[in-house]
This record gives sequence, structure tokens and C-alpha cells, in this order.
Amino acid sequence: MGSLSFIGLGLSDEKGMSLYGLELARAADIVLLETYTNVMPSLNIQSLEALISKEVRRVNRQFIEDGNSLLRDASERDVALLVPGDPFVATTHIELRVRAERMGIPVRVANAPSIISVAPGVVGLQNYKFGRSATITFPDNYSEVPYDTLSQNRKAGLHTLLFLDLRAEEGRYMSVPEGISLLMQMESRRHEGVISPGTLMIGIARAGSPDQLVRGGRAEELASLDFGPPPHSLIVPGRLHFMEAEALEVLAKVDRSLLSKNIDRS
Amino acid sequence: MPKYKQTEEIVKLMSNKLNVRNIGTLAHVDHGKTTLSDSLLAGAGLISQKIAAQALALDYVEIEQLRQMTVKAANVSLLHERNGQNYVINLVDTPGHVDFTGHVTRSLRVMDGGICVVDSVEGVMTQTETVLRQGMDERVRPLLYINKIDRLIKELRLTPQEVQERLLKIIRDFNSLIETYADPEFKEKWKVNPNKGQVAFGSALHKWGFTLPIIASKGMKFSDIVDAYNKGDIERLQKEFPLHVAILDMVVDHVPNPVEAQKYRIPKIWKGDISSPIGQAMLNCDENGPLVICVNKVIVDPHAGPVVTGRVFSGTVHEGDILYGLMAKTEGRVQQVSLYMGPYREITPSISAGNIVALLGMENIRAGETLVRTQDKDKMYPFEKMKYISDPVVTMAIEPKYSRDLPKLIDALHKMAIEDPTLSIKINQETGEYLIAGMGSLHLEIALWDLNQRTGGIEITTTPPIVVYRESLTKALGPFEGKSPNKHNRLYVTVEPLNEKTMELIQQGVIHEDMDPRERAKILREQAGWDTDVARGIWAIDSYVNILVDATKGLQYMREIKDTVIQAFRLNVAEGPLAREPIRGLLVKIVDANVHEDPAHRGPAQIMPAMRDAMFQGFLSANPILLEPIMKLDMKVPQDFLGSVTRIIAGKRGKIISLEQIDQTMHLVAEIPVAETFDLSDQLRSATAGKAFWGTEFARWSPVPSSMLAETIRKIRERKGLPPEPPKPEDFMSM
Ligand SMILES: Nc1nc2c(ncn2[C@@H]2O[C@H](COP(=O)(O)OP(=O)(O)O)[C@@H](O)[C@H]2O)c(=O)[nH]1
Ligand SMILES: [Mg+2]
Repeated sequence: MGSLSFIGLGLSDEKGMSLYGLELARAADIVLLETYTNVMPSLNIQSLEALISKEVRRVNRQFIEDGNSLLRDASERDVALLVPGDPFVATTHIELRVRAERMGIPVRVANAPSIISVAPGVVGLQNYKFGRSATITFPDNYSEVPYDTLSQNRKAGLHTLLFLDLRAEEGRYMSVPEGISLLMQMESRRHEGVISPGTLMIGIARAGSPDQLVRGGRAEELASLDFGPPPHSLIVPGRLHFMEAEALEVLAKVDRSLLSKNIDRS
Repeated sequence: MPKYKQTEEIVKLMSNKLNVRNIGTLAHVDHGKTTLSDSLLAGAGLISQKIAAQALALDYVEIEQLRQMTVKAANVSLLHERNGQNYVINLVDTPGHVDFTGHVTRSLRVMDGGICVVDSVEGVMTQTETVLRQGMDERVRPLLYINKIDRLIKELRLTPQEVQERLLKIIRDFNSLIETYADPEFKEKWKVNPNKGQVAFGSALHKWGFTLPIIASKGMKFSDIVDAYNKGDIERLQKEFPLHVAILDMVVDHVPNPVEAQKYRIPKIWKGDISSPIGQAMLNCDENGPLVICVNKVIVDPHAGPVVTGRVFSGTVHEGDILYGLMAKTEGRVQQVSLYMGPYREITPSISAGNIVALLGMENIRAGETLVRTQDKDKMYPFEKMKYISDPVVTMAIEPKYSRDLPKLIDALHKMAIEDPTLSIKINQETGEYLIAGMGSLHLEIALWDLNQRTGGIEITTTPPIVVYRESLTKALGPFEGKSPNKHNRLYVTVEPLNEKTMELIQQGVIHEDMDPRERAKILREQAGWDTDVARGIWAIDSYVNILVDATKGLQYMREIKDTVIQAFRLNVAEGPLAREPIRGLLVKIVDANVHEDPAHRGPAQIMPAMRDAMFQGFLSANPILLEPIMKLDMKVPQDFLGSVTRIIAGKRGKIISLEQIDQTMHLVAEIPVAETFDLSDQLRSATAGKAFWGTEFARWSPVPSSMLAETIRKIRERKGLPPEPPKPEDFMSM
């Protein structure tokens, strides 16, 4: 009888994996690594292989989405699948898990940090004050869902975490300035006053890694900053608790006058 | 005797719209179209003094060469005097071959009257019917010329009484076609009456002809003509009854002038808004209106380059004008405005509405193009869009035997494709071969012959011709589910065959993708039995004749995946699952969908496979079939050879549609699968000792017999390097 382990690698490099995850990977007959759902800026495959003393096989999107060969292996041998972030958050592998469970394959999960949990902390915003998140996609897959999401969240005074599209297979990653400019284009198409060049936003690059970069400010200021290598994401704060404002001033270098406009005084 | 005019005089004449006529000939092959055109050219003239002087300096051979070129000119302007007035008659070239259907419509569009040539011995034939119907579809007023009267007298030795009876039967047959095919308002108006001079009779070969009013004016009777001919008095007939006078008198009297014609023709041949300023200008044939030229033909002159011929429907075109082509989407400068007179090109400073013009210096322009001034490009609805009614059905690879001939070959192919848009020339990216594709094996045969002429006979090698097939379905089924690879999205579609009427509406361009959806829905409901709601949901109409409908109601995010779904639909119908041949006649309805909220989880890489799986599962479950192109063979063969001809046809899975005896000749119409026609010409020629005449045209798509289906699919797949067995519905089903 085989098994299937989903092992989160966190956001930065192989050291983001939990000890439990390490144990599962070491015990597995086959270790697979998918790197298409996110980029891990400092991941080093050699050190990963040294760490678990085993060869790691990279697999592509088609292999995982099809799943047949993976599940066939997992029904006879112990298979470990290494995944950037947390296996069932944002980049969801839930479908594969359900299929495995249906087939009676024992499933184990080693969780790890996800951008969903890391991003709020990185900028000092309180998790329970976030609304729905959305992805700003490249124009060839144009969608106004992020605009609608932002609009609803802002009406409710909630913060919005916006993922920026990435297509690791094609080597395309959206930067913070690109994301902001796409949002601005949606605003000029829809004219609903959801955002303006003066709106407070926070750009995050390489969250959770040693060289993470966090910068807040007016949208138009961030749009001209270079945030460096991917991945990037964007937060548009809603109404701020005074503790949040203080944190933003320190962690995201936001100007106090800009913050005071956003503080919730009710 | 030709009449000579100064250029200025010609321009003045052409601007007098009431004295302009635009005509062409309509005929069954061999009934005498070319011979008639020749005698019109020889008899009438619109030749300037300058050119006449040049003409005198030419020897016979050169004149003969020029004459042959004339046959290729797209339009020739003639001068005719009637009742003391001068008329300009533009004689538009119509294709002599029925294979080139696109060409026929384009010539018809620029002419207001058609001389229907009918061989008196053979009478009204299928092609007569076809061209007449096509002509009336474009509101071309038909007139009748009954040719080869000499044969009735000399060969068949009919008495004057019998001759008259035969002619009356042809007139009756002709009028009954008008009754059948003319729009209601023209049924009576367009029937021809010989007493009113609406029918001409004659011999194009011997250049004499008459109408009843003409012989009456000379105090003669019909039987006098028969007598004269019987006495061998041909010269007297030629002198007293020149054919061009009979024909051109008839044209002047009974073909409407452009002002009159454009009033009722524009609303039929042009689909734009009649009440717009451009629509009004064309309706009124306004020479001061916005310039509109509809191109009927482009030929490549060895010295002058492309010569673009077309009708000025409104405005005036001048040398130096910058014109914009709505299909080519580019501008070009008119280097010369000219017209063809006989074999000569005459340069003029300008030509105004109602006339046919030849333009030099316009590159990238193809037959069917609409030319306007650049400022009007967004205001003008084109006469034609980039699309042809029938796609090529046969293709072959072609290569020069010696590589040094390659440039010559490419140059000739390039010119041929410009002149004949139904001939398609492509390069196979993998092998670097040139592929030529056409409407039938005869079409390719003619193209190869033409190629040989143009290149001075360079040696070429060709691969055996390959038939193009279509994939189709015979049942309505569904819904079928297609999941995206990440399983976050599901599309549900039904598949069904489009009804015949809908396919016809698409092929005739009555409904198309860019038209107002409400108007389209109305036509589909009234004419093809569609439900209005379904028709309103049309997302795409593809040129292989398939339709995609969004039948969902208020589903979230459908709008955001629309472009991707349409793109997937087009890719899927371009290469069906059976043998990667295009699909034809498929209606896909999206009836339900689950679309993930986050666009990152529903990009093209997710939606395209979902759409493919749903469509192909449905298609493969719905009794899929293969359609093959069927060619119509229209043939005249001496009775003695009929047996061998019918044997050949039967051996080629052919069916005889009709068989009719006219004296000693059999008129045979048959249908034969294109796949069987590659050595047909050779076989027919040798079986009939070269005494049979025939023409072919594309008839329709028809199912490959079920006994041959599997084998045909396997052969196509093997040729394409695919696994021999086609996929099964389960192969497109994900877990
Ligand atoms: N006897 C006779 N033969 C004719 C007459 N007009 C044309 N032909 C012959 O009929 C054949 C076909 O004529 P053509 O003009 O090429 O026909 P098209 O195919 O309609 O252009 C040729 O051999 C002509 O010489 C005519 O009035 N009398
Ligand atoms: Mg001819």
C-alpha cells in the first residue's frame, strides 16, 4: 500500500518546510516538486536533495493536473509532493487530494506558510479585517474581478490582498507597478471611483524571504518603483485601526499624513 | 467601321450617365460567348485617333497577340451610335468557366444588363439556368441572344417555319426561368418579347444578326433572312445586318442606364445602410458624392503591373487620388486612370460614377475589394468581406524540376493568385513546398496549364492532388461536460447539425458574424426556424459553416471567458477529431458552466481544453461522418460515345442526374466525387475521341459512403502522420 504526502515548502527556500514535512519527504519512495504555482526566489534543488537525501523530480502543470500517473504510483508506493507555499491555500491541490482519498490512498499533509497568512503580518495589518482576495491577471486573460472585489471590500472598509499573475512556465511575472497600472486602467474604464492615483497601497516583493521588500504609499508613487525579482503582491488597505497605521508607518515606510486620511475614527 | 474619338470627348461621353450602359455576357460553355465578344469588339469601337494610327502600324501577328490579351482584359469600352446619339457601352468580362464562382458574382455586381447567349441548336442548358439565376440574384437585367442560327439552317436543314418554332421554344424556356428566378417585382418586367427588340438572333461566327424591329424597319420578314442565308448571301447579311448593331441597339434600348439601375440594384447588392450619405450617393449614382469603387477583377499586366478594374458606384476618381481598400486595409495612390478600348489602354484624367474604370499603381488590391477615400473608410460598408463562399477542395504540392526556375515559378504563382482569388497558394512551412489549392481537379488542371503558358513552359513536378474533406455529425446530443485541467471550471455544451437553410444563409453571406445581432436573429427566426432567444445568443459564426451559441442565462464570468471560448471553438472546428479536417455544419450551444471566480484559475490554458473536451465528446458521440466534395459534370457527347461515358462515370461512384437528347448529341449532367476525378479528363477524352465537351463545377458536400468511411479516415490520418484510429468520446472525458 502506498501513500501521498502533500508537503508545503513555504515562501522562500527549502528551509521553510516543517520538520514533519522533512520526515515525510525522507521516508518517501518518490519525491516530486512542482514549481508552476509560484516562484520560490531562493529555492536550491541541490540543497533540497541533500536535505532529504533523495533525488527530487520536477513535474509540470500537465503532470499534476492530469494526476493519473501520480495517483497510480501513490497507490503502490509512498509519494511526496513538494509544493510552494501551503499545499491547499491559494494554489489549491485539493482536487488531487480528493481523488487520492476516493481511491483509498492514505494522505498526509505538512502545512507551511502561505502568502495569505504571511502578507498581512509583513505589513502589520490585522488578518480579520481582510475581505476577499483576487488575482490581477495579464491583459490576454483580462478580468475585472479584482476591481469588483476591491470595490466591495472598500465599501465595507476591509483590506484587499491582490495576487499578481505569474506564469512560471512562460517566465512571466507581474510586477507591482504593472498591477497598479492595470487597476488604473480598469478604473478609467469603469469610472466608479474605487481607486485614484492618491489611493494608499502597499507593494510586497518576495514576502517571507530574507530580502523581502515592503513599500507603501500613494498608488502613483509605487507605480514608478522597482521592486526587484518576483514574486510580487499588492495590498490595498481599507479603514485602518490606529495600531495598523502605526505598523504601516514603521514596516512599510508610509507617510504619516497619508495614513491619517485612512484611519478609522468612528 | 470603328469610330475614332479624342480622349476628352470620351471623358465627356462617360460623364453623360444617361448614355452609359454596363453589360456582360452570360452563357453555357461553347454557346458562343467568346465569338460574340470578338464580333462586338471588331464591329463597334471607341478608339482614339492616336491609337488608331498605332494600330495601323502593327502587323497582323501583333494585332492577333493584342486581341488575345483583350480576352483577358476585365472590361472593354465600346462606342455605339443610336438615333444620332453616342453611347458608351462597357463590356465586362465574365468568366468562361463555371468553376470560379466568386468571379462570377464579382462581374455580375458591376454590370446592369447581361446578354444571355443561347445556342439555337442546344437550347437552354443547366449552365444557362445557373448563370441566369446568378445574374438575377444580383439584379442584372437579362436579354436574350440566340446564336448559331446558321446551324439550324445549314446543318439541321430546318424550314423557316421549324426555325421559328425552335426559337419560340427557346424564348419560352428563357422566360420561364425568369418567372422562376427573378425577384417578384421584375418577373413581368424582365420577360423578353422579340417584337419589342428584346431578343436578338444571329450567327456570331459569321457576324450577322438582327432583332425583329430591325428586319421590320428594312421591310423584311424573318423568312427572308433564312432565304438569304440559304442562298449563301453571307456578305449581304453581314453588311445589312451586322451583329454588333443588333446587340448594341438592344442594349441601348433595354439595359437601364446606371442612374436608373443603381436605384434598384444598390439595395440588393450592397448590405450597408441605404439612408446613409454614402448609400444615398450610390443610389443616385452621384458623381459628386463620396468615391466608391467596387473591384471586379485584377490582372497583372507584364509592363504596367496590377491593373485594378472596377465600377465607380459614386463619386469621381482622378489620377493621383489616394484610395483605401476596405479588405486590404491599406492605402494606395492611383498612378493612372484608364479604360480599355479594344486591346488598347487609354489614359484619362478622371472617370465618374456609373462607369467601369481601370486603375494602375494600386498594389495589394484583390478582386472583390471596395475602394473609398481614406476619410470614408469607417463610413463605408464593404461590398465583400474577406471570405469566399466555397473553400478549395483539392490541393497539390508543386516544385520546379530545376531549382533555377524557382523564381519564375513563384512569380507566376503569385500573379495567378492575384488574378484568381479562388486559387490559393501556400507554402508548407515544414517542407518548404508550394501548395496550390483550387475548386476542383479541372481547376488545378487549368491552373497548371496557365502556369505553363506564363513561365514559357518550365518543367515542374507535382504531387498527386489531395482531396479536402469535412467532418460532420448526424445527431443532436448533449449536454456534454468539459472540465478544465485544474478541474475548477466546467463547461456544458450540446451539439447538433445545423439545418440546411441556416447553412445556406451563412454561405450566401446573408447572416454573418459582424452584423447586428437583432437583425440576424430575426432572419434566422423567419427563414431558418430558430428560436429568437437562441439566435440572440450567437457568439461566433465560423467560415467552415459552424455556429457557437451561448445559451446560458446570467451566469457569472461568462463574459470574461467569452474570447477564449470563441478562440477554442474556432480551433476545434478548423481541425475536427476524426481526421483533423475542418468541421462543417455544427451548432454548439453552451447550456451551462461553472466558471471559477479567480481569473488566474481560468486562463486560456484552462478554458481551451475544457471547451475542446466538451465539443469533441459531443461530436464523436453524435454519429460523426466525413463529407467529401462532389463535382458536377455537365457534358455534351455524341450519342455513339454515351455508353463508354456512362461506364466511366459509374466506375467513379458517379450518378447521372439528367440525360437529354438534342438531335445527335446527348446532354448529360452527372455528379462525381472529386476524389475520383483526377484522371477523369484523360479518360473522357480518350473514350470519346475528343468529341465530348464538358464543364465542371463544385456541387456540394456529401457523406462518404459508410462502407468507405473507416478506410478513408485511416488514410487521411496516416497521410498526416496521426495514429490510424480516430479517438473515441471517452478520450475527451476527464475524471
Ligand atoms: N456555326 C456556328 N458556330 C459558332 C457560332 N458562334 C460560335 N461558334 C462556335 O462555337 C464554338 C464555341 O464558341 P465560343 O465563342 O468559344 O463559346 P464560349 O465557350 O461560349 O465562349 C466555337 O467553335 C465557335 O467557332 C455561330 O454563330 N455559328
Ligand atoms: Mg469562351
